[in-house]
Amino acid sequence: MDNSNNKKLLFSKGIDNAFISVSKAFRFTALFFKEAFKRPFHLREIFNQCFEIGIKALPLITLTGFVVGMVFTKQSRPSLEEFGATSWLPSLMGIAIVRALGALVTALICAGKVGSGIGAELGSMNVTEQIDAMEVSAINPFKYLVVTRVTATTITIPVLALYCSFLGLLGAYVNVHSVEAISIVTFCQNAFSSIRFLDIFSSLFKSIVYGFTIGIVGCYMGYNATQGTRGVGKAANRAVVLSIFLIFIEEIVIVQVTNWIRYF
Amino acid sequence: MENTELHTINKDESVISITGLYKSFDDVQVLDGIDFTLLKGENFAILGKSGSGKSVLIKIIVGLLKPDKGEVIVLGQQVDKLNRKELDALRIRVGFSFQSSALYDSMNVYQNLAFPLTMNYRDLSKKEVGNAVEEVLESVGLKEKLYQMPSDLSGGQRKRVGIARMLILKPEIMLFDEPTAGLDPITSNEIIELINEVKKQNNASSLIITHDLTCAKNTGDRIAMLFEGKFLKAGTFKDVFAMDNEHIKGFYNYNFIQ
Repeated sequence: MDNSNNKKLLFSKGIDNAFISVSKAFRFTALFFKEAFKRPFHLREIFNQCFEIGIKALPLITLTGFVVGMVFTKQSRPSLEEFGATSWLPSLMGIAIVRALGALVTALICAGKVGSGIGAELGSMNVTEQIDAMEVSAINPFKYLVVTRVTATTITIPVLALYCSFLGLLGAYVNVHSVEAISIVTFCQNAFSSIRFLDIFSSLFKSIVYGFTIGIVGCYMGYNATQGTRGVGKAANRAVVLSIFLIFIEEIVIVQVTNWIRYF
Repeated sequence: MENTELHTINKDESVISITGLYKSFDDVQVLDGIDFTLLKGENFAILGKSGSGKSVLIKIIVGLLKPDKGEVIVLGQQVDKLNRKELDALRIRVGFSFQSSALYDSMNVYQNLAFPLTMNYRDLSKKEVGNAVEEVLESVGLKEKLYQMPSDLSGGQRKRVGIARMLILKPEIMLFDEPTAGLDPITSNEIIELINEVKKQNNASSLIITHDLTCAKNTGDRIAMLFEGKFLKAGTFKDVFAMDNEHIKGFYNYNFIQ
């Protein structure tokens, strides 16, 4: 009987904690919007963070973007060949990369590289009392650490996604060119012929949402880290896992909404 | 509880006045009815073993934690009733030196010291900031470490930089959280001398939270002994340790043996 009551109590506590966590996360996000539009804006720190994020993610995005474009083209060719439709390859790559792959690949790389970095950095600052040190020096740490980082990821990740799409298309061109004698101009004309403004807009919008998600999740996990160095590791890990989970949910929702708009 | 010395003080001369302060975490009562007053120009040391609530008390004073009950008045303002802007204005006047020093590890010593200054006084020129940093670093005897990273400093040097960072905003009250914790006896003595020296130079009041008897004896004009969230006794060092109380005697003997 006691055992059963204990289990019930633990279950009930677990549900309570889940609701408390969600409410804390919403309050954290609301605080971001409240602080983001108030002076001072710490533009220099935002610029520094954009630079830092760009530098961190650029090599991996360069490599991944190019390879994804190339491999995806290589894998798609046999299927299109069956229908004698290899001339559609540039269009297919254009749609795949601009609509989905560019933004998604960039977001996943940044969730791992940037999100974990933010989680670990803020977590470490939290457990070593550096955040408290800012508070007692009359500096708003939320504004200086969180608002700047989230703004930086929201700005930088769409730019990186654009760069990743460009490299993906370049990779696709290299693969197509190795099989067929096609000029880059023709390839680009074909690739962009099926792309509409809505595709570019939805892709850009997705990247902004992903950037915001990666920044806010990383900051939330780091800012609320406890339990010393173990907590820092946990914060970094949770930042990556939760960011990727949310990115996939956002991807599904945005694609669905874009399709409704497209066929409306 | 024999803390009558803490109430017989003229409140007009006080810079910190705490009345009936209670704080608990979950089911643990950490502060259980604290009353004390810190006078202008006074050094007040609070002694107690780990977990007695010393750090919680000092964090409530700067508004890092909220009390469950009680009144905390710092420089005439009730801390838990202040909004963010008012609290920041008060925090500029109250310096805080952390037990761990809490230096920003991504910044060098110069940037650590310049950061609070540039963030709070945005119209200062680079030269003014540089002069202030050099001046304050010289006062803690570390002028040559200007461009070193915190990770390259020893424990004692980090404490000094932490104190310098507190001094750069020229506080009226200085709060020291375990200033000698983790330091060897020689470095501890240097930090004790530094606390007394900066107090004289800045004509500020200091609250020193410590478990180190030597530190409390050599820095505190008055001391108080905190035990299980309550003050056992307050007064001069001699008064406190003349008291026949098993906890006070135990604490004294433990430190003496150490």
